Amino acid sequence: MKKYIAFFSVGFVFGILLIISEVASWFRIFEMFQFKSFHMYGVIGSAVIVGIALVQLIKQKEIKTFNGKPIQVKDKDKGFTNYFVGGIIFGFGWALAGACPGPMYALLGTGYISIFILLLGAILGTFVYGVLKSKLPH
Amino acid sequence: MLNPLPWFIAGPLIAIIMFLLLRLGKTFGMSSNLRTICSMSGAGRFSSFFCTNWRDNIWSLVVLLGVISGGIFAFQVLKVDPPQINEDVVNQLNAYGFDSVNSSYFPAELFSLDQLLTVKGFAIILIAGFLVGFGARYAGGCTSGHAIMGLSNLQRPSLFSVIGFFIGGLVMVHLIFPLIF
Repeated sequence: MKKYIAFFSVGFVFGILLIISEVASWFRIFEMFQFKSFHMYGVIGSAVIVGIALVQLIKQKEIKTFNGKPIQVKDKDKGFTNYFVGGIIFGFGWALAGACPGPMYALLGTGYISIFILLLGAILGTFVYGVLKSKLPH
Repeated sequence: MLNPLPWFIAGPLIAIIMFLLLRLGKTFGMSSNLRTICSMSGAGRFSSFFCTNWRDNIWSLVVLLGVISGGIFAFQVLKVDPPQINEDVVNQLNAYGFDSVNSSYFPAELFSLDQLLTVKGFAIILIAGFLVGFGARYAGGCTSGHAIMGLSNLQRPSLFSVIGFFIGGLVMVHLIFPLIF
């Protein structure tokens, strides 16, 4: 139970962060792709820089999980096509929806029915990918 | 009232969220929940891709529940102000007929119930979601799994994906938007 409270709390803080940092705003995403504001680049860029430092810290200092187990950060499978082509398709959706999956969940809090439809579309897209997976280049 | 949270606070805090999930023995990724939801709903009958034991991912659904609750809390309790956007961008959006810019969190011209009840409006929302879900699974991750987690772990595949995210976004905004709006 304690573990689930921890997971819930991490998600809760993340949800608030996504909204108040405005990375879940369609307008901010549009502005980013127009290169008219540093805000989005600042959020993602500083997250990555601090993230690199933290992952390095885990590896160098052999930081353990809260349960005392070694932390395994799995490498992604090698490849190009699926990462790149999938990325481009995702980018189309990111710009059109003005939201990626994390923000989509957080935006449910607006109570707009459109966000539920958006999420339904995302679940449908995931399902269709799963069905077509063997026919797609990877 | 609290927004916008400055980027130099928001970014590092997102990295700390990732760090906490690693210390909880997991990784950072939001779109994999969509697969879990498919698995739970019985999609395994249609593709072995969904024949996973979704119970192993309950922790991630609990994170997801937290994200939804955080969103509800932010909008209903904290009362979020509309983002204030660059002036050139405001003019550009006004030209598209998006008048809710600077007075709404996202464009009413896309997300209002009135729009959803039109064929075009409904199609845009559903297709946008579809592309996000399809692309994220094809790429094996989204902004959290690739841009934050993957790049933090210096993964080349994640870099390919993130470059793809930006190419796709730029094509959508600069080439496809003028055709839709």
